[in-house]
Amino acid sequence: MNVSYRWLNEYIDLNGVEPKKLAEMMTRGGIEIDSVPSRNLGVSGVVVGYVKTREKHPDADKLSVCTVDAGTGEDLQIVCGAPNAAAGIKIPVALVGAKLPGGLQIKRAKLRGVESQGMLCSARELGINDKLLPKEQQEGLYVLPQDSEIGRDILDVLALDDSVLELDLTPNRSDCLSMLGVAYEASALTGRPVRLPDLSLRESEGKTSDRVQVSIADQELCSRYSARLIRGVKIGPSPLWMQNRLIAAGVRPISNIVDITNYVMLEYGQPLHAFDAAKVAGGRIEVRLAREGEILVTLDGQERKLEPHMLVIADAEKAIALAGVMGGLNSEVTADTVDIILESARFDGGSVRRTSRQLGLRSEASARFEKEVDPSRVPEALDRAAGLMVALAGGTAAEGVAEAVVSLPEPVAVDLSLDRVNRFLGTSLPADEVRTIWSRLGFEAKEAAEGVWRVTVPTRRGGIYRDVDLIEEVARLHGYDEIPTTPIEGPTTTGALTKPQAIRREVRNVLAGAGLYEAICYNVTSPERVGLFPSLNGDEDGVRAIPLAMPMSEERSLLRTSLLSSLIEAAAYNQSRRTGDVALFEIASVFHAKELPLAELPQEKPRLAFLLAGSRVPASWNRPAAPADFYEAKGVLEAVFERLGLGDRVSYEAAQPEGFHPGRTAAVKLETDGGPVALGYVGQLHPDLQKEFDLGDAFAAEIDLAEVYAPAGAGIVYRSLPRYPSVERDLAVVVGRETAGAALVSAVRKAAGDLLESVRVFDVYTGERLGADKKSVALALVYRHAERTLTDEEVAEAHRLALAELEQSFGAELRK
Amino acid sequence: MRDRLEQLRGEALERLQAVSDPGTLSELRVHYLGKKGQLTEILRGMGALSAEERPVIGQVANDVRAAIEAVIAEKQEQFDRAETARRLQAETIDVTLPGKKPVRGGIHPLTKVTQEIEDIFLGMGYQIAEGPEVETDFYNFEALNLPKNHPARDMQDSFYLTDDILLRTHTSPVQIRAMRAAGGKTPLKVICPGKVYRRDDDDATHSFMFHQIEALVVGPNIRMSDLKGTLLQFVQALYGPKTQIRLRPSFFPFTEPSAEVDVTCSQCGGSGCRMCKHTGWIEILGCGMVHPKVLEYGGYDPKEVTGFAIGMGVERIAILKYDIDDIRHFYNNDLRFLGQFARM
Repeated sequence: MNVSYRWLNEYIDLNGVEPKKLAEMMTRGGIEIDSVPSRNLGVSGVVVGYVKTREKHPDADKLSVCTVDAGTGEDLQIVCGAPNAAAGIKIPVALVGAKLPGGLQIKRAKLRGVESQGMLCSARELGINDKLLPKEQQEGLYVLPQDSEIGRDILDVLALDDSVLELDLTPNRSDCLSMLGVAYEASALTGRPVRLPDLSLRESEGKTSDRVQVSIADQELCSRYSARLIRGVKIGPSPLWMQNRLIAAGVRPISNIVDITNYVMLEYGQPLHAFDAAKVAGGRIEVRLAREGEILVTLDGQERKLEPHMLVIADAEKAIALAGVMGGLNSEVTADTVDIILESARFDGGSVRRTSRQLGLRSEASARFEKEVDPSRVPEALDRAAGLMVALAGGTAAEGVAEAVVSLPEPVAVDLSLDRVNRFLGTSLPADEVRTIWSRLGFEAKEAAEGVWRVTVPTRRGGIYRDVDLIEEVARLHGYDEIPTTPIEGPTTTGALTKPQAIRREVRNVLAGAGLYEAICYNVTSPERVGLFPSLNGDEDGVRAIPLAMPMSEERSLLRTSLLSSLIEAAAYNQSRRTGDVALFEIASVFHAKELPLAELPQEKPRLAFLLAGSRVPASWNRPAAPADFYEAKGVLEAVFERLGLGDRVSYEAAQPEGFHPGRTAAVKLETDGGPVALGYVGQLHPDLQKEFDLGDAFAAEIDLAEVYAPAGAGIVYRSLPRYPSVERDLAVVVGRETAGAALVSAVRKAAGDLLESVRVFDVYTGERLGADKKSVALALVYRHAERTLTDEEVAEAHRLALAELEQSFGAELRK
Repeated sequence: MRDRLEQLRGEALERLQAVSDPGTLSELRVHYLGKKGQLTEILRGMGALSAEERPVIGQVANDVRAAIEAVIAEKQEQFDRAETARRLQAETIDVTLPGKKPVRGGIHPLTKVTQEIEDIFLGMGYQIAEGPEVETDFYNFEALNLPKNHPARDMQDSFYLTDDILLRTHTSPVQIRAMRAAGGKTPLKVICPGKVYRRDDDDATHSFMFHQIEALVVGPNIRMSDLKGTLLQFVQALYGPKTQIRLRPSFFPFTEPSAEVDVTCSQCGGSGCRMCKHTGWIEILGCGMVHPKVLEYGGYDPKEVTGFAIGMGVERIAILKYDIDDIRHFYNNDLRFLGQFARM
């Protein structure tokens, strides 16, 4: 809503409250004002002039030479290029020394040899948005009404000496979609009274109801419809003062009748519509739902196919308007119109909203109806507009109204006590101050006892139903800044992370410490990406990615089912920007549907994924580059599990999930009290996939975190430091190349018994000497007894058992 | 004999002073002080001395030995120092060359900001509540006093999955879930961080996916002044103890009264700069007293309890904190971007 400061002064005396000051007060009071542009963009020295004569320029076809009376005492000779320059018109004249928007300064000049003492101006040259002008004024000189006073300052004539308050209204303050609403707000803020428009109307012979019958067929969607008959209007332009105000509000003047309906809509917030009475068949106005297949050509010339939920205004034969949204072309007021049926009604906001959305047709009217108009304004706006049509368009108003009323609104009464106000706000306001606030708001407040009110809220302020709504009024008019700051009273509470929250923070820190950067990817993706890692999609029986009902693009049409499908994209993005070394991780949820279409909320699974490509350690002057490999990726994962205290409970075995390298990928399993649980995979991405994304070798993992939450972080159990020495023995064996190293380790652990403290692989060797299908694995075993020093014989026996087990179970040969 | 001793002292000191290498020093030590050395040799004649002379000459001999030993020790130390200096010189490296750093990684700037805010509220006794990103219409709208066809639903066009299920448009549904989980108990103090989704065309300042953090307090006597006190405490923890707040009345369907909150610009301290568009103030969050209907949906009786809620966008706070030029950087995961945040 754009509010002309000058116009606003008609309803409230703002003398001494400058536009900027008013804007500040309103913003602090809850009506945000984005900016307060001046309507004068830099015009000075421009006055009304009268073109006495117009001659063709002797040396230029497109120029004319005019003699202009601009009230300066002598006639001015001005050369002009506008095609509509003509003797007898009044126009804005920029005198020598005048300034125009953009810094143009008018000087005495010679144009093609003819002296020019000023410039005749178009609207655009005066800084007026010409889209807001009547069509005939958009080209050439701005032709002023004949009664304009010669020599008068154009700023005055066009009301450019004004500022516009640009209101950014929240949905609860649609009362300020009207000049009067804004005036009431200014009144509440300043304490100055509101001056209401003159509603007196001289009616003429003949009753409206004799010519016009109104009925409401769908009483749910229209609670009141009032009409007046205005006869004998003369269609023409509206007076300049009205046009100026409409333009300031951003509404284009069209004709006196249409302008009056718009003017009163801006004034009262009540949309009005004028029908050409001659085109309303039978003088019948019916508010009903559209018929199946009914068609209406709206005022914008578009043919609209109506649906049966849409509310229309119909005459005896056909639909003539889309209720609350736009009029029909078939009942439009034109230059030949003589009699007017003027509509003022209250349509259901939800219905107007639905219709306007569905047809993609929004208007000043629909914007107001959607937010529910004040029902008490229906008759007021009707009378106001009728009065203006009589005064400005030469019409006569028939007696009374034709009207159908389903229900009339009752003002809401709310009980509130001073104690409740102060307890709610933490203030200690005296009853007097609150009383003053009620009176400034214009709310009637009956005081049963000191500080106990029954407040009646006028219908113009919809949306106030509860005590807290009234408390808000008190708070905003008292001033939010005046409310004290206090600490919360009551028992103290403990703030702590939940275990899953603490785990996720820990994992982030481990990974960042291990040289990975955290990524945050979009949770929506494309159908192709969703299919990249089907094995990460949970259910064995395939992907159930959830589609958006109305995606904005194919790229973002499904909820992602794995994190790697996005990380691979992030990796490709970086490598394409010559950042070859990529180490990214993400912790986020993926979404799996049990069935589609969704009948209930889908599973949201917290996941961890990471991806390594390029070098883990970049080459330096004293250290070669260390390219990422499978074991780097696995090591990162192991570090995570060890930090969570799960190092011993996680196992890895070869696996061939889709999207991964079949020979370089492990399934990750967690041993839980309920048996082993699959957590996810770690491995190299499939070379085909690497190629598709233009990636070098890339190693990645994706793990379900939910399973990890419970067993992670089990209490640390301290063991006292050993008091007796350990004995270390190596064991190098040659085994089949397929033999899993982890199997050798766990076999040794079992066979060597309690004396074995630890075992680790310290070398793996393959080579021609061993044969292509063999490998050598060297293990370091540490033996120790907690209570005494071991004897050589004990160690030798345990070591022998370990070797025997390897020989027996894996066909291992001791390497010499 | 005394003369021989004095002569030995003179000769030895002179020769020792002239020594320039540790080998010669060692030879001279043997020559003068060794078992077959000069001093021992002279002292062999002690037996011929009288009982009166013997202690006197003995004293002289000791003095001579001590003097020679002192010079030798001093010389030895000189040679040792020189030797150490030589070795250190030989071991000298170029310390200006770069070190062997552990690989550097880091957490995402949005996570950093989120954790910073979480930690402030944790310190104030709040729990962190979480909820699903895919929500029902009920939790996302209805229970927050946004019935179907409510004009305020215009403010946040949503991604629906079905007629009734959507990507949450704010973290406020978590407030309802947290209230219901509390089962009517007070005080309830939680924050709800998380991803949210709105149908926005992406540009430098808009993203269809972004992050919010909301705070909710419900108790028997929670006042709007408590909301202001909490806000002040929070922004001073986030931006420093001089930070001030300013509340402007606003509208959210789930709070009444509602306010938007400006803080004094952290860049200029309120004197006006490019960041705050020369107003001295920066809008960072919205807040209000929990609407009675929302309390009811949360399982509380609005006659018995009141509450306040605070909501903020993590991206906005991060953008202001780091002066980031485009919101899309947060989701492109460009390592040149992420790398800049990998420190305190």
